[in-house]
Amino acid sequence: MKLIYEKSQSGRRASALPRHENLPPVPELPEELRRREPPRLPEVPEFELVRHFTELSTRNFGVDTGFYPLGSCTMKYNPRINERLAALPGFARLHPLQEADGAQGALELMWRLQEILAEVTGLDAVSLQPAAGSQGELTGLLLVRAYFAARGEAEQLRKVVIPDAAHGTNPASVTMAGYELTPVRTDPRGNIDVDDLGGKVDEHTAALMLTNPSTLGLFDENIEEIERIFHGAGALMYYDGANLNAVCGISRPGDMGFDIVHINLHKTFSQPHGGGGPGGGPIAVRDVLEPFLPVPAVVRRGEGGFGLDYDRPQTIGKVRGFTGPFGVFVRSYAFFRMWGPRLREMSEAAVLNANYVLARLKDAYDLPFDRLCMHEFVLSARTLKKEHGCTALDVAKRLMDYGFHPPTIYFPLVVPEALMVEPTETEAKETLDAFCDAMLAIAREAADEPELLKEAPHDRPVKRLDEVRAAKQPVVRYGFDEHPAVQGEPRAVATEAPQGV
Amino acid sequence: MTQHPFLALTDSDREQMLETIGVETVDELFRDLPEAVRLGRALELEPALSEPEVFAHVAELAARNADASRELSFLGAGMYDHYVPAVVDAILQRGELLTAYTPYQPEMSQGVLQAIFEYQTAVCELTGMDVSNASGYDGTSVAADACYVAKHATGRERIVVTEATNPQVRQVVKTYAAGFGLEVVEVPHRDGTTDPGELERAAVDAAAVIFQQPNFFGCLEPAPDLVATAAEAWALPIAHVDPLSLGVLEAPGRYGAALALGEGQAAGNFPSFGGPHYGFLAARKEFIRRMPGRIVGETVDTAGERGYVLTLQTREQHIRREKATSNITTNQTLLALGGLVYLTWLGPQGLRELGETCLSLAAYAKQRLEERAGLQPVFSAQTTFKEFAVRVGRNAREVVAAARERGVHPGYALGRDYEGMDDVLLVAVTERRTPDEIDRLADVLAEVAR
Repeated sequence: MKLIYEKSQSGRRASALPRHENLPPVPELPEELRRREPPRLPEVPEFELVRHFTELSTRNFGVDTGFYPLGSCTMKYNPRINERLAALPGFARLHPLQEADGAQGALELMWRLQEILAEVTGLDAVSLQPAAGSQGELTGLLLVRAYFAARGEAEQLRKVVIPDAAHGTNPASVTMAGYELTPVRTDPRGNIDVDDLGGKVDEHTAALMLTNPSTLGLFDENIEEIERIFHGAGALMYYDGANLNAVCGISRPGDMGFDIVHINLHKTFSQPHGGGGPGGGPIAVRDVLEPFLPVPAVVRRGEGGFGLDYDRPQTIGKVRGFTGPFGVFVRSYAFFRMWGPRLREMSEAAVLNANYVLARLKDAYDLPFDRLCMHEFVLSARTLKKEHGCTALDVAKRLMDYGFHPPTIYFPLVVPEALMVEPTETEAKETLDAFCDAMLAIAREAADEPELLKEAPHDRPVKRLDEVRAAKQPVVRYGFDEHPAVQGEPRAVATEAPQGV
Repeated sequence: MTQHPFLALTDSDREQMLETIGVETVDELFRDLPEAVRLGRALELEPALSEPEVFAHVAELAARNADASRELSFLGAGMYDHYVPAVVDAILQRGELLTAYTPYQPEMSQGVLQAIFEYQTAVCELTGMDVSNASGYDGTSVAADACYVAKHATGRERIVVTEATNPQVRQVVKTYAAGFGLEVVEVPHRDGTTDPGELERAAVDAAAVIFQQPNFFGCLEPAPDLVATAAEAWALPIAHVDPLSLGVLEAPGRYGAALALGEGQAAGNFPSFGGPHYGFLAARKEFIRRMPGRIVGETVDTAGERGYVLTLQTREQHIRREKATSNITTNQTLLALGGLVYLTWLGPQGLRELGETCLSLAAYAKQRLEERAGLQPVFSAQTTFKEFAVRVGRNAREVVAAARERGVHPGYALGRDYEGMDDVLLVAVTERRTPDEIDRLADVLAEVAR
């Protein structure tokens, strides 16, 4: 398919702009500041624009297209009402610097969302500002720094403990927040190895970062002991809310002992993933951390309605413009209101769906931890690889031939040939059965006709792509007249890096 | 209880599924949770609403806001009321794009991957840079990202940012800097722009110099001089630019900036009370392996056909973990796609015309405010783009309140961020404002200012 730039013809355009009468002439710009050569943006009529991007959409697969069990990403149905609400002019055309008396509806919505998130997480105060989970993590760690700095302990407490099964964002956030990483092992049941932990938590430990249920889809059975170890050492506990979809209304991070939580609004609370974003990463904290939250805080002022409070002398500052991605809040708020206290049913269905798929697949694939799972689970294609030379990647590509988006693969890193499956609560049993039938068929094909897997996918817009070439000779923009000619030698390609999360 | 519309399982489904799993009840599935950490009660939330009810409730909240369709607004200060064409909404609501995630599986995601490649190209064309990422959170966080690039590229530990840079950008840079171990120094403005001589002293041993063009006051900085000054000190010159100014203003790459970044909202996103929007981040090619975030590259498939993949992933958190160039994972792809659709809609001619219209309307507004309301620009010697500062003779926040009672939001009170500017209003125009509307602003200010 051509790029939009390759469809461009000089002189065409899709826009006409207002032409105002009686304006003064365009002011002269200083020579050295004036644009010399125009940017080579596409020149197409409006209809060509619509056709181009519509064609691109047909070469893409979303939750609306079909089953998308990408583990740890919670690819659930995104209600259309949320889109209608976020687009209301009262929200979409509202300027973030509007005075509080002209933004009462927006402020009330945010305040109500904060209250809901505090109840769902079991914590005291919420900031909606972080733009995504990873920014929530960084914000949380900066809160940890500020908290200990206020107690004069920042120099001493410089280590953050993270299990080896954690998302890569956790260690990356630790470095960005100026902390040192202390990795801790996973035990044979898939929990944090508490013995390993005992030797690693010491007088330099500032915090634990934990996803619970973990990226293995397992609830840590030792959570109470972990809480005693960290709080006993005077450290704080950070909860990565990536997997909150498993436990809403059932168990709350605050009740598990966590002090800081980030919530992925685009995972658990239905903000569409948008091909990579936007997200929303609000954080909820225990009361002792509230003074350090980002500014401004959204507050209720008794009879005076709702407002923004900048007067927080101990704040860490700001991690993003204004009060956060408001349009995301509208969607998640509407989602919450359509669930209310029934939210527990959402998590129960998510866990039931995952266990059902697990039960149907566990004899055909390796199961590294033979337990009931929560909202997702991890299988391994290790035996398929050993006996038939078919990898997790091959299984993933073959699933495309059956019309499914593959699970997350090669993650978590502690499981070789990992296939991480998260069905979510919104899928019907018929869909789950069709997926299981496909996975079982693929396991048989691996034995009988492994080429079917290795040459997959067979009917997507492209076949397997050469990622090594892309990284070695990066072509990251269209080069117009100098664009390199595409002359690929047909060749086999392979990848073994995390794909998902 | 009635079946929830977002769930699919029937009672009979549940029974069959529990039997396959080998448990009696759904509760048993949660047996790994210690009793002490269970909630043991219902969530204290308001009862579930139906779709018509939730629509009525949330629409009522929306109706309580004075948005730009209800109040004539000259607010800018980083977010602008430019027109978003219908084609943007139509494309962004395509479910195949809206409800997909990061294109980890390129064969399933060629649509988004090609769109990001086209977006990266558009950002490079606008900024005159060699490489763009797939987007950052907003115009503030990409500035912080750039500081991390500068820290590692130079090995230095000080960031210089001009005081005439958006205060929110400065605040976010300072917040991140605490974690990065960087010191942040601000260079004051002189009569609305930055003095290269003053910058020269501050830039010694700095990792980067960040400036905004046009700056927060709407004034045009001597950008080539600022860049040259930074480069002489071996600090990375970083330009924070308005994408919609780049049809008339020179591309930062052409005057030597190392990185160019900014807030994408003006190009294709609604203000939406502050988000979601996209931050764009582009750089010269020597920084390609230090870039934060996703980057899409062109390659070929096993049949030799052209295709697109996420590339240079060894920079990223899911592979490099604690040594990654950033922790960013979820980005702002959908909003960046809105940016691409918008820039395609505008085209190069539209972008230039839009810039010229903004220049003319701002000149007209300055003239009318002076003629009709007797208000003088604060920085009268400076060239401005679509925004300018005027003295209103009394506390600008009071002027805002009084003008709003007359149905006009006259702009941003600069005293909120700058000392000694309590009587200064920052007035923004876009192509959506008409000369008549500007006359109305002038008339209202004639009544309420002074």
